Amino acid sequence: AAPLQTHRGPYSAVLEPTPHEDVTHYNNFYEFGMDKADPSSQSQEFQPLPWTLEITGLVKKPLRLDVEQLLKSSEIEERIYRMRCVEAWSMVIPWDGIPLANLLRNADPDPRATHVAFESVVRPLEMPGQNGGFSGIQWPYVEGLRLDEAMNPLTLIALGIYGETLPNQNGAPLRLVVPWKYGFKGIKSIQRIRLLDHEPPTTWNRLAPDEYGFYANVNPQVDHPRWSQASERVIGARSLFGARRQPTLMFNGYGEQVADLYRGMDLRAHF
Amino acid sequence: MVVNVRFMLRKHWRVIFYPLGLLPAVWLLCEGQQGALGADPVNVFERSLGLWAFRFLLCCLALAPLRRFTGINLLRYRRLTGLLAFFYALMHLAAYIGLDLGFDWSTLWRDVTHRSFIILGMGALLMLVPLAVTSNMRAMRMLRGRWKLLHRLIYPAALLAGIHFFLSFKTLNSISAPYLVALGLVLLARISRRSKTI
Repeated sequence: AAPLQTHRGPYSAVLEPTPHEDVTHYNNFYEFGMDKADPSSQSQEFQPLPWTLEITGLVKKPLRLDVEQLLKSSEIEERIYRMRCVEAWSMVIPWDGIPLANLLRNADPDPRATHVAFESVVRPLEMPGQNGGFSGIQWPYVEGLRLDEAMNPLTLIALGIYGETLPNQNGAPLRLVVPWKYGFKGIKSIQRIRLLDHEPPTTWNRLAPDEYGFYANVNPQVDHPRWSQASERVIGARSLFGARRQPTLMFNGYGEQVADLYRGMDLRAHF
Repeated sequence: MVVNVRFMLRKHWRVIFYPLGLLPAVWLLCEGQQGALGADPVNVFERSLGLWAFRFLLCCLALAPLRRFTGINLLRYRRLTGLLAFFYALMHLAAYIGLDLGFDWSTLWRDVTHRSFIILGMGALLMLVPLAVTSNMRAMRMLRGRWKLLHRLIYPAALLAGIHFFLSFKTLNSISAPYLVALGLVLLARISRRSKTI
């Protein structure tokens, strides 16, 4: 990871970040393996640069962005966000990135666009987890947002953590961060962003639709079928008996910024 | 008395396997205390104890087919492996209630009444209780023919434990698959068994 030019953005303050060691060695990134330790140990071969990010679909100005240029952007800012995994653990991560809205505005979305589809990378030679057909996951990993969710000021395209470019295991060279949604929405190593007039398929929803919804908003009142989402284990305690569990917040604590997006929706049906 | 203890130890030297079998738990506890279980130590501790329970359960079930297919007779270790499976399952449950849930009884109640994943695990453990309680010679003599019948509970217990284990992962994967294959094989061996001699 190389140092990154970044500046304090909003939403930073108050939260104490999870230790760097845990943020970079406790990862779900199935392209590199199923175990939490696999992404850090199995991602050495992965070459994140050079990289082109495409923004296409229902846009007036399709873009092909050179990510090496993007890494020098003065728009990169630090955002310290809570990260809540659907597996009921949580971290606090100091991201460095650019609001997705800024990038999408540059592509000038067509008025017909209602959704945004994200597509990750397929490189079985560099990503050992893509070799076995075991897990039932179809590659590439795909994710999606509603356009208004994508345009929300909280939604970030992260290019770094802790003031440095993203380590491979965290989704180099760029990934999505949607802090009020479960972590699996944060698709990593994004190659293509497409604007659509319909809801796109998403990887975990395709795999187990009764367990992972399209929205995947953090919601302590809607349990995962196999476990409660009411509380979460706080990562970073290290010692077995020093571990903490804390109540999970509605929209992961970002209700003030995002609750309006879901006004009038039944969040039990649209989980 | 001293002579007696030495005689007993010589005759029952295999009791040494009980503390040996519990070493992984001690090891996990030490690692957990020193912060060597990684970023989410409670989860690793809890899952590892469950996995050891499942391993010993599989060993226990494999002993009969082992003798049938290879002639190697280790049937005397069925009680040892079965009891170790039970001990680990108990510790697994204790870690879940104490460390994971932090003795949050209302969440526990919701879990055991609503979540099939938890219900299956609890069911497997409950089935092991009468087996552990009647694992001694006295119970064996008292129950006679019914003892064998009772101890067939280990098969449904293993099946429930297997589904519980499978559900503890988000997807089928290279960690869980070998264990599930092993479970399938020992259950298959039981079904295909023709003679009733064991």
